Amino acid sequence: MSTLTPTNGRLSSTTREERLLSFEGRYRQQQFTRRNWTLLYGALFLAALIGSIAASGFSIPGLIKGLPMAWNYIAGTLPTLTIENFWGDLANWYWGLRFWTRLLVETILMGFVGTVLGGVLALVLCFPASRNLVENTAIYFAARRALEFCRTVPELVFALIFVFAFGLGPFAGVLAIAVHTAGSLGKLFAEVNENVDPRPIEGVRASGGNWPMVMRLGVVPQALPNYASYLLLRLEINVRGASALGLVGAGGIGQDLYVAIRQFEYTDISAIMLLLILTTSVIDIICETIRHRLIGHDLAASA
Amino acid sequence: MLELKKVTKTFGDTIAVSNVSLTFAPGQMVGIIGRSGAGKSTLLRLINRLAGVSEGRISFGDTDVGALEGKALRAWRARCAMIFQQFNLVNRLDVLTNVRIGRIGTAATLPVMLKRFPAEDRANAAMALDRLDLLSQALQRADTLSGGQQQRVAIARALMQKPSLILADEPIASLDPRNARLVMDALRTINRQDKITVITNLHTLDAARAYCDRIVGMAHGHVVFDGTPSQLTSAVIQEIYGDDTETAVDENLTSTMAGTSPAGRQMEAAH
Repeated sequence: MSTLTPTNGRLSSTTREERLLSFEGRYRQQQFTRRNWTLLYGALFLAALIGSIAASGFSIPGLIKGLPMAWNYIAGTLPTLTIENFWGDLANWYWGLRFWTRLLVETILMGFVGTVLGGVLALVLCFPASRNLVENTAIYFAARRALEFCRTVPELVFALIFVFAFGLGPFAGVLAIAVHTAGSLGKLFAEVNENVDPRPIEGVRASGGNWPMVMRLGVVPQALPNYASYLLLRLEINVRGASALGLVGAGGIGQDLYVAIRQFEYTDISAIMLLLILTTSVIDIICETIRHRLIGHDLAASA
Repeated sequence: MLELKKVTKTFGDTIAVSNVSLTFAPGQMVGIIGRSGAGKSTLLRLINRLAGVSEGRISFGDTDVGALEGKALRAWRARCAMIFQQFNLVNRLDVLTNVRIGRIGTAATLPVMLKRFPAEDRANAAMALDRLDLLSQALQRADTLSGGQQQRVAIARALMQKPSLILADEPIASLDPRNARLVMDALRTINRQDKITVITNLHTLDAARAYCDRIVGMAHGHVVFDGTPSQLTSAVIQEIYGDDTETAVDENLTSTMAGTSPAGRQMEAAH
């Protein structure tokens, strides 16, 4: 086989065998280095895994022993439904349906408002938190740490603080969700921003745009489908999360669930849990549909 | 022998390729020319089965390309190697792995999932890369290479497929004149030495004239010319490139190849 392109001066002095031999040497060297790094990281990972298992007390025998007990509790919450008096039993089980529905709607609205508020905050903060979009390291550092603070403090802790500050009720819950959402969505949005194509950004900047203009015209149109996808995912998570906030008095159906658990109203627990599972499934399905439509539209447009 | 019989491809209401019948003898180097949107790319994609035909039949020897499925389809795709305008390498993989991708058409799934290739593939990839003068870059990431180098990596990947034909979709449209010539020279050498049929879309006349034995002209999805470079008269050029409003097509303006046309020489002299 002859060469297809004129060899440049550097290579013309060597023969093909020499070049192939040198390549094989470099390849082996690279494989050797790579394998060593893989082994090192593999060993570190294994050590971390074993350490975590020991520290968290995870054990297979314990799991096998405990599972039936968990099932006993769940079975204990189930009502007795008879075929002869099915509707009567059902009505008995769901005696508080009207009340629970109101709380459920409140829960969904809390999740929704919290997501919107948090989403707006995340959108504002995600640009200064993107490495490729800010030159000033101090701004980048500050934005990153702010987002980290928002998302590392658990929602329940925020909810406790806000209940103390603003009193019992859904307002505190909404705020807690919004703060946590801003933190986690802001990070995801920033990562989307870091993956956008730099060429359109350069194009907008070269036309004389200032920083906000570059963000709006160069970055947002590219990142928008991913923003939407993450926002909808967050909405699902937040509706679920809102149902737990009632535990600390921050509104939603969790309040009543907590009362039921504490007062051993076993059938109420299962009734409310079933309602929650159904609601989150419905929201999951709706969000998934919207997301697929968005992605599908995007795929069709780029083809 | 690759044969297209009354091939039509529609996307919704638009007709991309309309009633095209062509035969390609083994070992030919064919240039397909035409304006953007004339259906050149779609034609190549139909042959490789990246897109399916709406009507008509594509056959290679006894094989009905349109009816292929599963393993046979993958083997067919490997057999007619595609080269793209934007190179379509996997940027985050090194050059060597990109070239070894040329072997996956006939490989088992599990080793590929683990990025395991036989040593024989590595030796062949090294040889293909050396042939294209790229062996010293073999362990670099693909996106660290220049456009011309990336396109030569794509050619090496195509060679690894041991193809019967190479389909090149505007291989030089993103390259500077010198790299364009390197790539076209490489394609022609492969065509002559390895007796591989090359079908290449080109939007410039001078490249087609300089490198191809046969030129096919397309306009609005139809084949409007099929002949040798010398048969390509200005009236034919007008039919391929012109539309009702334009007057004459200046052949020099479509040049991308340095030193193969008067315009190229003038530009080089001016520097």
